[in-house]
Amino acid sequence: MRMAVILLAGALFGAGLVVSGMTDPARVISFLDFSGDWNPALGFVMGGAVSVFGAGQWILRKRDLRLFATDLPDTSSSPVSKRMAIGSAVFGIGWGLSGVCPGPALANLTELHREILVFVPLMLAGMFAAQRIFKLDR
Amino acid sequence: MNEILEPFAGGILIGLGSLLAMAASEKVPGISGIVARVIQAKSGDTAWRGVFLLGLIGGAALAFAMNLGPGEFSVPEGRSLTVYGLAGLLVGFGSRVGGGCTSGHGVCGMGSGAKDELLYTVIFMATAALAVLAWNITTGGGAPG
Repeated sequence: MRMAVILLAGALFGAGLVVSGMTDPARVISFLDFSGDWNPALGFVMGGAVSVFGAGQWILRKRDLRLFATDLPDTSSSPVSKRMAIGSAVFGIGWGLSGVCPGPALANLTELHREILVFVPLMLAGMFAAQRIFKLDR
Repeated sequence: MNEILEPFAGGILIGLGSLLAMAASEKVPGISGIVARVIQAKSGDTAWRGVFLLGLIGGAALAFAMNLGPGEFSVPEGRSLTVYGLAGLLVGFGSRVGGGCTSGHGVCGMGSGAKDELLYTVIFMATAALAVLAWNITTGGGAPG
């Protein structure tokens, strides 16, 4: 049952990426392009997602509601980490160059676009290298 | 109208998926962390992550098949496969060193009201916008139409 819910959660997430237009690199790049014709549409994706997630997790915590026997993870603020700030900056450069971040990269996989078929293996390689070099948790 | 409704509806689905995944997994379900822990599995806690990613890829494929959303895939002119390869490396490496991507820091982190997550999101949004700006300046043109 728990796995069925997680499968559904993944499917909602993947469908949401397609419905929102996040799977179109040109659209993402136009959202990030403040120098030319800025297209603000994708701001509504983040707006919708943050509102639903934020309100939902607030209610779950407030009412002490739990799915199955699971606990909710700690999502409170942590001290800012220099390593994570620098990593985020590097991630942003890759996102801006391509218009692709990890979720949309995977969501596009079955469409077999050449750019994605090049992007995904190298993304995995980059992750692997980071885990090795920085000895990240697992 | 669809320029607002579709992104918003898609965002709601993404938020719901993230919320359900968190409630069922006891983890903050950021995509980069989920992927990384599947490819480098050392503990037994990889099953839910694999299931989530299967759902993501399947749900997206279903949505494409049903012609949901704008249904376009276009790459602005001039961005070669080499650019996509380099970008893939930066995205993979940076999101792991950075501890998250658009979903973990953005959706879940900001949705939880965590200040450090907001900062990481502002940082990657800023460098992404700078990368687009730098690209436009060096190639002498913005994204077409």
